[in-house]
Amino acid sequence: MLNIMEVHETNQMIEQEKLDVRTITMGISLLDCAADTVDEVCDNIYRKITTYAKDLVPTGEAIERDYGIPIVNKRITVTPISLVGASCCRSSEDFVKIAHALDRAAKEVGVDLIGGYSALVSKAMTPAEEMLIRSLPQALSETDIVCSSVNVGSTKTGIDMNAVELLGHIIKDVAERTADNDSYGCVKFVAFCNVPDDNPFMAGGFHGVTEGDAVINVGVSGPGVVSRALDAAKGRDFEFLCETIKRTAFKITRVGQLVAQEAARRLGVPFGIIDLSLAPTPAVGDSVGEVLEKIGLEQVGAPGTTAALAMLNDQVKKGGIMASSYVGGLSGAFIPVSEDKNMIDAAASGCLTIEKLEAMTCVCSVGLDMIAIPGDTTAATISGIIADEAAIGMVNQKTTAVRVIPVAGKGVGEMANFGGLMGYAPIMPVNQAGCEAFVTRGGRIPAPIHSFKN
Amino acid sequence: MNKAIITVVGHDTVGIIARVCTYLAERHVNVLDISQTIIDGFFNMMMIVDVTDASEEFGTIVEDLDKLGEEIGVRIRCQREEIFTKMHRI
Repeated sequence: MLNIMEVHETNQMIEQEKLDVRTITMGISLLDCAADTVDEVCDNIYRKITTYAKDLVPTGEAIERDYGIPIVNKRITVTPISLVGASCCRSSEDFVKIAHALDRAAKEVGVDLIGGYSALVSKAMTPAEEMLIRSLPQALSETDIVCSSVNVGSTKTGIDMNAVELLGHIIKDVAERTADNDSYGCVKFVAFCNVPDDNPFMAGGFHGVTEGDAVINVGVSGPGVVSRALDAAKGRDFEFLCETIKRTAFKITRVGQLVAQEAARRLGVPFGIIDLSLAPTPAVGDSVGEVLEKIGLEQVGAPGTTAALAMLNDQVKKGGIMASSYVGGLSGAFIPVSEDKNMIDAAASGCLTIEKLEAMTCVCSVGLDMIAIPGDTTAATISGIIADEAAIGMVNQKTTAVRVIPVAGKGVGEMANFGGLMGYAPIMPVNQAGCEAFVTRGGRIPAPIHSFKN
Repeated sequence: MNKAIITVVGHDTVGIIARVCTYLAERHVNVLDISQTIIDGFFNMMMIVDVTDASEEFGTIVEDLDKLGEEIGVRIRCQREEIFTKMHRI
């Protein structure tokens, strides 16, 4: 039978260490919404989302109440819209209409964000995919909660440098069009390499074409819990440290597993995966940076940061994987600068640089995330940053991503404020040396030699 | 059996258990086990209860106990048992 100390420990995690379930995300296939005209497609999409997800938010709230665990976000992911709209969209404006339909449907059911205004162009772009990408400045500035992602490369296909080059211009344009709001539009867009099909987190979540009609995926959180647990590991060796992280990750993930199974059962939708990422928030004590500092760094960004993060990421996976039957998505430690108090401080003090963050992305679960850069950064430089990250993912057979915000009208040292969980960030300096001749060559970077495993 | 865990945390005062138990009895919630201890100077009480035959919706019981706690000046939580068993039992 349960004892009082175990019950106390769980409630302490929830009340004082900010343990929560970060998101319940319902994936919905929109492949059957394709039709001859844009208006028909929009109607089909609106109807399907508002039917399938009508009980998502109330069900999430009921689970929160029954188990006493906060579920911070309820979200929806859909099939990449470049596929759904390919049959009917003849222009970028047509795609924007679909973005509005997604925005309306998501607001109707009351979710926080909807992801999947996406294109998978890891080898090359179809005309529809290019139109969707070109629609992003309008789509992201005119809608509120639609998120977008573009997969520009993979270990199997190489990197589509035409798409990478185009995205540099697109990200600049999105930033300009949302200049009044610290270029918030860029917060809703992420470029990927090796993107997973079942990611419940935003902005990169979409419902992959390998998925069924609908699915429930859950993203857990809990850097605060790991951080508190590490107080007991102060001065101890790596074996003790790793064991502590593993045990904690196990407990966190079990809560996610419970919530996922319960949500799937109540909604009558199959359970997909648990994403066992450590996802920080700007709140004090809910920081991956703090965890790294407790491992022994004076400040995140110091020499040793990459090794500490590699170890943390690995232990989180080892602990979490035993706690759930199906682990997927991104699963690891996130390092979004603007969403992590200790990373914000380290970036502001100059201890944490973009170059160090790039090194960290070789061993963390995603990539350069929520980094504010000067508004006058060139499109070519942004493309170069995306190409570098994609290359890290491609060669290391891992997911990498870029979500940078070239904050219009602001420069190094100023702050950008994105609000809420998206946080705030000091604008970080970017290497100014040119790379235009590299990113504008055209074509694609071939797949690496070790991808040929057949 | 449909079990829930009720926890009370706060300063110890006369009649806390009596008031919680009275509320539960009136709603046909059966108390299976009670334990209490002092953690970090705070009174901690835990009840394991059976809500299978409860005459109220579980959500209502959660809200009512929360309000009762506010009246008494302690924190009362009522949670389904699985969140604890999943976390602490393999």
